Amino acid sequence: MPNVIGETKKAFITGNEAVAWATLAAGADIMFGYPITPQNEVMHYWTRLAPKHGRGFLQTEDEISAGFTVCGAVQAGKKAFTATAGPGNVLMQEPFGMAEAMRLPLVAIIQQRGGPSSGTVIYSQQEVTLTTFGGNGEGHRIVYSTATHQEMYDYTIKAFNSAWKYRFPTFVLGDGYQAKMREPLEMYNPEEKGLEIVKPFPLVGLDGHIGDNREPQHLCNIYSMEEELYEVVLDFVKDYNAIIPEVAEYQAQQCEDAEIIILTHGVVSRAADDAVKILRSQGIKAGSFRPITLRPFPTNDLRNVIANSKAKTMLIAESAYGQLDRLVKQEIYGETIKIENLFMPGVGIIDYDIISKVKSII
Amino acid sequence: MMVAPVTPKSWYLPSKPHKFCPGCGHGIVLKALGEAIDELEIQDRTVFGCDIGCSLLSWDFFACDSTQTHHGRTTPVMVGIKRSRPELITIGYMGDGGGYSIGSQHLLNAAVRNEKVTLILVNNTNYGMTGGQMAPTTLPGQKTETSPFGRDPEETGYPTKGPEFIAELTPDSAYVARATVSKYNQLKRFIRNALRNQMEGNGFSFVEVLSTCPTNWRTNAQQTWRFLEDEMEPYFPVGELKTPFGKGGAK
Repeated sequence: MPNVIGETKKAFITGNEAVAWATLAAGADIMFGYPITPQNEVMHYWTRLAPKHGRGFLQTEDEISAGFTVCGAVQAGKKAFTATAGPGNVLMQEPFGMAEAMRLPLVAIIQQRGGPSSGTVIYSQQEVTLTTFGGNGEGHRIVYSTATHQEMYDYTIKAFNSAWKYRFPTFVLGDGYQAKMREPLEMYNPEEKGLEIVKPFPLVGLDGHIGDNREPQHLCNIYSMEEELYEVVLDFVKDYNAIIPEVAEYQAQQCEDAEIIILTHGVVSRAADDAVKILRSQGIKAGSFRPITLRPFPTNDLRNVIANSKAKTMLIAESAYGQLDRLVKQEIYGETIKIENLFMPGVGIIDYDIISKVKSII
Repeated sequence: MMVAPVTPKSWYLPSKPHKFCPGCGHGIVLKALGEAIDELEIQDRTVFGCDIGCSLLSWDFFACDSTQTHHGRTTPVMVGIKRSRPELITIGYMGDGGGYSIGSQHLLNAAVRNEKVTLILVNNTNYGMTGGQMAPTTLPGQKTETSPFGRDPEETGYPTKGPEFIAELTPDSAYVARATVSKYNQLKRFIRNALRNQMEGNGFSFVEVLSTCPTNWRTNAQQTWRFLEDEMEPYFPVGELKTPFGKGGAK
């Protein structure tokens, strides 16, 4: 792997630029993209950086095509990715579904914008349901919800590794704030950190002579019999469940002695962490829990945190009207901890919002 | 004495006999394609992609690496493969619904970008697999399940002439032709040219093939052939619309 970063260095850049550098550092071969705000600069940086490093780019006719060209490229054995948002994410559910069905190591960066429909071009956390469970499948995807530019960099690199290691389509779920803000981060060559980069492999266009030293590959995406599909999906379930302990990630802070757990994801978790500090300084024992993987969800970890905490209440706060809330409730069905909500669809949440809500409920 | 038919080397024999209806033209197109792959000696580096619909039944037709996708999306999948691995020969195989309707934006833009893929589109004037609905290519007056009183161009427009519009969109290095299953040698020559054009790295290559659908046309053998030759071929003129190769195939 060529070292595209050079010496590890501090940078003060936007999240979109961090993503472009991270895809390069992860060894991405080609990007297929279509303009939509707030992810455009991923393409802008990629189109400037890619030719210098022998990487490819195609601006497709729409997001459907961007997703399907990525499906083709990964079948051909190249690390390919796309980036999108909002209505583009809606259109890409079709190719994302194909990637799920054919176990294609597709990588997509999602920078959430407001919804429904065209919504706003600014920010939201309203693409949680779509990114985790979009399409006519079972949500066999890996979804990393990042909170900082450092994480956008780290998890973009990790997304390629997870996709090619486990062969589930993998998503980095950011948002317009993370996409457009500048903040400091450290950029590094993954190998310097001891991170092994998973190598891609082709599913079609294999070496050798057909009938002589290899068989033709017939990749299937539609089945004649109900039972055939049933077996395929159950195999996916088995494989997916098996990787959960390796893949699921979370962060928990000061939950043990807390009287309330604040559960958030993505950039909102920064407001939650600030709120915990301030509330504790005011004598209110708060803790925080944050799933980093929304799929697979760190279910056992959250159940353990609840079991080992004194908290009788959990506040779920999100910049959507209950998408995270539904996800959490289905994962921890049976827990008796009381759940309160702070839903602010399409707008940012700051520590003040969370502190006020906490004070109103305890 | 029974004589086994000669089959192209690039056919995948475990999937034979094929799954198309009796009298369907797909088998003829795929035989021509198989022979062209053999003659050009590209079996090992060919990636065959098929659309949803009847063309999907070709998914294991060849002893070539093959993939499936969604309705209309074969073109971008082939583009993705070709852009990533230019040494591969990518063949997208689709029907008139997949190419001219649901996937028309992909077909049009791939043509404009002069993508170096070969697309073969089988035109049988209806959606076969889903039970004979009206297609972009359904002829005026032709009865289908969604135009039961005959296609009225005032309501639904005139049949799409794909090669004609693709020829308008592409540069001179593209190859654009319309063939018919009623003229086998010409069909094979056009497919061969379309593959050669990709192999030489010239540009976009597209062949529409007029084909038969007795099941949904509800025609016997005689009526089927009559519809193809007397109704379709006059409306959809057969021939090469754009070729970087001269007459007889010389460049």
